[in-house]
Amino acid sequence: MKAPDFDYQRPQTLDAALALLAAAGADAMPLAGGQSLMPMMNFRVANPGLLVDLADVDALRGITRTADSIRIGAMTSYAELDASADVQQAVPLFGLALPHIAHDAIRNRGTIGGSLALADPAAEMPALALALDAKLEITGPDGTRQIAADDFFQGYYDTALATGELIVAIHIKVMTPDQSCGFQELTQRHGDYALAGAAVMRTRSSHRVAFFGVADRAVRVVALEQALNDGIPVADALTHLSTIDFTNDQKASAPTRQRLAGVALTRALKGMIP
Amino acid sequence: MTRTATISLTVNAELVTATVPVRQNLVDFLRHDLGLTGSHVGCEHGVCGACTLRVDGRTVRSCLMLAVQADGCQITTVEGLADQGLSHALQAAFTRRNALQCGFCTPGMLASALSYIDAGGDADRDAIRAHLSGNYCRCTGYQSIVDAICDTIQESRP
Repeated sequence: MKAPDFDYQRPQTLDAALALLAAAGADAMPLAGGQSLMPMMNFRVANPGLLVDLADVDALRGITRTADSIRIGAMTSYAELDASADVQQAVPLFGLALPHIAHDAIRNRGTIGGSLALADPAAEMPALALALDAKLEITGPDGTRQIAADDFFQGYYDTALATGELIVAIHIKVMTPDQSCGFQELTQRHGDYALAGAAVMRTRSSHRVAFFGVADRAVRVVALEQALNDGIPVADALTHLSTIDFTNDQKASAPTRQRLAGVALTRALKGMIP
Repeated sequence: MTRTATISLTVNAELVTATVPVRQNLVDFLRHDLGLTGSHVGCEHGVCGACTLRVDGRTVRSCLMLAVQADGCQITTVEGLADQGLSHALQAAFTRRNALQCGFCTPGMLASALSYIDAGGDADRDAIRAHLSGNYCRCTGYQSIVDAICDTIQESRP
């Protein structure tokens, strides 16, 4: 199908974009790369009266690196992440994950901010943000705020973003020599949405583990992380996966997903870099 | 009332100015308004890859991009790829290797294959299959398509 009629605006500044979103309220949707929103509109699942295309808003672009952190503009595409030496060096976890995110043509348009704002439970970016303990810079009618990824994802395609707010950038700590990272996802075909996936950051013996494709949102399992921190063998730590409310759909049953989440984590831990 | 916008873009090296409904997908604009029917419409939700073409030199799903978003862009469809560099060799290899059967997926396959070759990809069957995983061939001609891409890579490099 094709999308029903809508109004389209392409503001040149962040203030203009926020004003358009504020004026139209819940009837407006921001358009980032469109790699999820366009299919949703073509399916008529999403039906905005106004699309606010963020393509020309320079304030949402750019990658800035300091000694210990990196700030990535929300409109940065996966292809730009992949091409950025700063990103590859500061966040090697992205290097592991990016080849798994859909396909070349999708990565050329899809953006980091769009993926986070949509919060697709099977998408990689929310889980990466959780594992990396990323901070999201958000702006809206009431000003600018920062929120931890841990507090951002609130349910099935549900986030802490209020109507009229936009993600401006994502802030991530530069990986340090005492850290390592791992990533693995299981799909039917390369580039498909994950049936189960795991992203891991380890700091000395401390772990942050985020799963995706398994539940209504990307999730960490604190008890499982604690078990890994305590040196409990992975196979035993996996019992804590049972605290996840696994998705049960036509692609995979809940027990299958639980099994695959364990496989993904086990493989991610075996392939940790550096 | 359908909302419209006026756009100017370059399509296969020709400047085009047109007034389009803002809801119109890029691929529909190219096919219906410009008569460039080489780009095919399969799924209309970015899964099948049949509408893959180049925008500013990079592959894009033209069913996931509005024509109005392409304002100011340079578009290259399969019609425009025809006379560019390795594309000719790739198309010859597709013919030689019988890599097109019904031909529906071919324009998208060519665009994706060229992005792989241009990026310096090797004649590695697994890597090629991974790269093409977003392009469906419902004739299931994948082996021959990979053969043709491998041939083109091997013939083009010393």
